[in-house]
Amino acid sequence: MSVPLLQLKDLQVCYGSRVALDVPELAVSEHETLAVIGPNGAGKTTLLHALALLLPKVDRGALLFRGKPLDYKHDGLAYRRRVAVVFQEPLLCDASVYDNVALGLRFRGRSRAEILDRANLWLERLGIEHLRRCSSRTLSGGEAQRVSLARAFAVEPEVLLLDEPFSALDAPTRAQLVDDLRGLLSSARTTTVFVTHHRGEALMLGDRIVVLAEGRVQQMDEPSRVFTAPINEAVANIVGMEMIVPATILGQRDGMLQVQVNDHTVSVVSGEIPWVEGEPALVCLRPEDIHFACVAGNDRAGPPAQSPGESWNRLTGRIAGITPLGGQFRVKVDCGFPLVALVNRPLFLEGFLKVGNEADVHFRADAAHLIRRHERTSG
Amino acid sequence: MMFHNREVWAITWLTLEVTFAATLLSLILGIPLGTWLALTAFPGRKFLMALVNTGMGLPPVVVGLFVCLMLWRSGPLGSLHLIYTPTAIVIAQFVIACPIITGLTVSAIEQLNPRLRLQLLGLGASRSQLLWTLWREARLPLLAAVMAGYGGVISEVGASMMVGGNVRGHTRVLTTATVLETSKGNFAAAMALGMLLLLLAFIVNGMLTHLQQRRSPS
Repeated sequence: MSVPLLQLKDLQVCYGSRVALDVPELAVSEHETLAVIGPNGAGKTTLLHALALLLPKVDRGALLFRGKPLDYKHDGLAYRRRVAVVFQEPLLCDASVYDNVALGLRFRGRSRAEILDRANLWLERLGIEHLRRCSSRTLSGGEAQRVSLARAFAVEPEVLLLDEPFSALDAPTRAQLVDDLRGLLSSARTTTVFVTHHRGEALMLGDRIVVLAEGRVQQMDEPSRVFTAPINEAVANIVGMEMIVPATILGQRDGMLQVQVNDHTVSVVSGEIPWVEGEPALVCLRPEDIHFACVAGNDRAGPPAQSPGESWNRLTGRIAGITPLGGQFRVKVDCGFPLVALVNRPLFLEGFLKVGNEADVHFRADAAHLIRRHERTSG
Repeated sequence: MMFHNREVWAITWLTLEVTFAATLLSLILGIPLGTWLALTAFPGRKFLMALVNTGMGLPPVVVGLFVCLMLWRSGPLGSLHLIYTPTAIVIAQFVIACPIITGLTVSAIEQLNPRLRLQLLGLGASRSQLLWTLWREARLPLLAAVMAGYGGVISEVGASMMVGGNVRGHTRVLTTATVLETSKGNFAAAMALGMLLLLLAFIVNGMLTHLQQRRSPS
């Protein structure tokens, strides 16, 4: 196996008595984009600082570049000239856009001609050529972040480290910039570590995803695996499994696991984990996977278009809450446990969507994901 | 007018020499010291900051007294024979201006986004490139610090009088000369010297303001 470009080994960083980061092993291969996702305070920024060799002191462990351990004091400058970091805020200097983009190249002592070439190239690639003479103070948030990205790309780093670069931007600006970044990363093939708390960004940009919570790596895998098969409750939460319901395994039937959830028995396509009868589990579901139909004694409200066959679970409950989201509504249905479905506007306009009405909810057996439930010792 | 032109020129020139030297020395020490204080966390930093802040308000006469005591012929530095020389004035003015420049540098650097430092390091800045860029970013408040330091020394009279002695043709500067002429009742001469002093303050501060307010060229 080839040596990973970047590697953290047995790293521990504490702030006071709190362990901010504890990573036994994390490797970034050349040309890959590693997305790091986690809630606030999970240690994402600390991880990025560790990868940028910006932590003066770690409590334990080391950062390896092409297999060679790095020392903050001795290798700091040389290493940081191989990488480029982009932070959440653009952190531009009070100078023109061009001077900002040229900054990293000037630090590296490149020739005037080379600086001009490279800065122009990246100004153009990020679509901010027309702003080159503008003062950085006059830029909008999105423009400033483009300058910050151009400044990082312009040094053509071996590793690009991005710390939630889009989280301060409005949704359309962010979407456009994520799209552009995806294009740039796939053409430049720069090894990238991208920290975010936005799962959509992680899914779009990451070749692999690291889920971080409470300073520890919870799961590290391909995006599709992390999103469909989170290994624990923390990951399930982060990747958008909004419903995490305690359940008990009943047994196998027709190649599917039968699971007891409150008074209901639901079928779940068993994953890779072997289960035994009577074992406690958690059933994880996304609102996107819950189909909703009103009953309320009205003939017009039938089941969803695809008729729920063998592999569908059908539960009945009462509408417990409705939250408008614009084009859609989040509808909470109480089936003995809460299920949340996303419901389109027409159903609402037809007048069926009322708190207290009876409703049918369906979900496919393969939409539900099972994870182990560790019984908490109750006091 | 009781002054010869030549003498007025000499006084003006000496004033400029002394204040420039004192300001320059204060900058050389005060800006790095202030930057270090702003960027470094260490035990005793608060105490040092309190000292600097007190120093910003040092009464010139007290400074004059202490520098006098140090430089007096029988004092610890008496063997250097500096008392009643222009160098003595420079020393006293340095003691007055240095804390002002240090203190204002601390606040100038502290005003910068603390994450800017990480960003610059993350872009491959060496230590000196980092400092240079931070100073560039803080150039407005730093030039204000220079102006405050220069203003503190050019207008200062008590310490210059005490350690310089207002010796004619040797340590007489515009402020001490103005005091002398006023005390003798030569208001016209005092007025002329005062105007000259104002002019010097204005020219230098005008240049610094121009530098400060210049928009960065692109």
